[in-house]
Amino acid sequence: MTETRRESRAVHLDDYVPVVGAPKMQELHALAASLKGRSVQMVNSTSVGGGVAEILSRLVPLLKEFGVNVRWDVMTGGNDFFEVTKAFHNALHGAPFDKSPESFDIFLAYNEQNRARLEMDSEFTVIHDPQPAALINGRTNRSGNWVWRCHIDLSQPNPKVWSFLEPYVLRYDGALFSSPDFTHQLPVPQYLFYPSIDPLSEKNRDLEPEFIKGVLERFDIDPKRPILTQISRFDRLKDPVGVVQAYKIVKRYFDCQLVLAGGGAADDPEGGKVLDEVREVSAGDPDIFILDLPPWSALEINALQRASTIVIQKSLREGFGLTVAEALWKKKPVVASAVGGIPIQVIHKQTGMLVHSVEGTAYQLRYLLSNPSFASRLGQLGHEHVREQLLITSALERYMTLFLHSMSRA
Amino acid sequence: MTKAQQPFQFATASYLTRICNQRATRLVELYKGLGECSDASIFYHTFHSLRRHHFLTEGFSDDFAQWIMAGCNLAELAEQLASLDLREYANLLDLRNDLRSLVADFCLAFPERAQQKAFEPFYFSEAIEVSLPLGIEVHSIEEFYEVLGKLGNASFHFHFVTSRLRLHLRSNDFSLWFSTGLGMDKLAQQANRIDIYTNTLEAARQQLLYLISQELGP
Repeated sequence: MTETRRESRAVHLDDYVPVVGAPKMQELHALAASLKGRSVQMVNSTSVGGGVAEILSRLVPLLKEFGVNVRWDVMTGGNDFFEVTKAFHNALHGAPFDKSPESFDIFLAYNEQNRARLEMDSEFTVIHDPQPAALINGRTNRSGNWVWRCHIDLSQPNPKVWSFLEPYVLRYDGALFSSPDFTHQLPVPQYLFYPSIDPLSEKNRDLEPEFIKGVLERFDIDPKRPILTQISRFDRLKDPVGVVQAYKIVKRYFDCQLVLAGGGAADDPEGGKVLDEVREVSAGDPDIFILDLPPWSALEINALQRASTIVIQKSLREGFGLTVAEALWKKKPVVASAVGGIPIQVIHKQTGMLVHSVEGTAYQLRYLLSNPSFASRLGQLGHEHVREQLLITSALERYMTLFLHSMSRA
Repeated sequence: MTKAQQPFQFATASYLTRICNQRATRLVELYKGLGECSDASIFYHTFHSLRRHHFLTEGFSDDFAQWIMAGCNLAELAEQLASLDLREYANLLDLRNDLRSLVADFCLAFPERAQQKAFEPFYFSEAIEVSLPLGIEVHSIEEFYEVLGKLGNASFHFHFVTSRLRLHLRSNDFSLWFSTGLGMDKLAQQANRIDIYTNTLEAARQQLLYLISQELGP
């Protein structure tokens, strides 16, 4: 068990051949051939933590291995800057914005500071998320190709913050969004760039059966009875209480177990409250396992997903919801809410089941438990869907295609 | 072994999806959009959807039919659109006209249903194609068979499905080469009859491999 845990090494392009197949890698090499030596710069606001840093930490080395001259820069800023950008982030998700007008000045001042510090002379520049969006001020005479990669749900942005940010976005050559729902009526080209998962990361790579068994033993979960699992932070928008309610309906018909695993309760007061509520509604049922896991639990999460009979994602709102892709990649049947980016991943009745309520969730769980061969087929097709669209190899393909398209336009 | 004077050169294509500013929230808006959207958009929602969902054999093969079914709950119209066979179209204008015509007929017959708000919007999108040579060329059917056995879906789709638009013919790159390059007209016709709707791309490729193996003999 410990060997599986500790194994960690640099991943190379050849490692993906058994995952996506030699023909796919051959096609990627064909794309890369025209990009050898071309300069690309990625800029975001953090080097560790968060989904963007996680994606870039895998994407950048692979692009380098393809021969692309890629550089990853991280912008710097004080606490005041990150307080403002956190408020921006929430406001762009639709929350109220109550910061003073000076916060816009703070935002611009740090962008200007970084503009002066960073060399911004690459042929292709990809600016990730709102924090460094005003670095576009550093572009001279429309040189190079600049795109803005928006990783957040912009479907209902706070108008105050969006109206401040939009003029900067309009100066880019294009904007990249994770879902059509997040796009806006803009005069610049908008491209669909799904987020991706890395099949070779600790969260997704194959595990030895002994390790999976060990994780179940550690948490006293019975491997012989059906396991329903939701992996998510203890956050109201993930509706863990609704998941327990759905499970209680299913439990009338099937002797199953429920695993609610995630984090966020330790450092988030709201998360702590939600965890308490979940414990309250689950009280007295020994088949409900509430696991508040530390952030370094990727392998445990992986094992729990692999051990599950069905994976649930009953969110009330969602950005993209990559935990769904993680479950699909593990060939698990998924029952998930039709919100955010989930319908992109779950094609109803083909790669999973979409639901809209507690009752609907319970019904589809019962249906899949009663029809294991159908459930298995959903998992298989879901796996293929992720292989085609949502792996890091697809992200590499999209970026390289974008760069080649930009070259052809130039 | 018959050698073609002109080799078959394998290529592949990669696509970007561009989301246009046009969207539909009702069937009547889809009709309007079908008239105004670009050819690249018609291509994306028909030919390209076959590639994006190549591993699925259920459901509708084009995005318009899928949205009319899932977003508007209009099964009959969805079936009519889905029954249009892309192999019959040598250009996008004809396909666009037929799609519009079916939707227009429905809107005229059922104006109230055509005005009902859909469950979700339809986003007109475009496929931006970047095609590249794979650096592989073959001169004989034997060599072709060997390469086809290892060919990726993207390249297969490029030569077997989207080539119809490039050629402006009711044929595909493979059949054209079998016929004009190797003089194998029967194989060309058989290959062109492979059903890309009821098969996955992989299954279609396997069928083509089988047809060639029959020609090659034991």
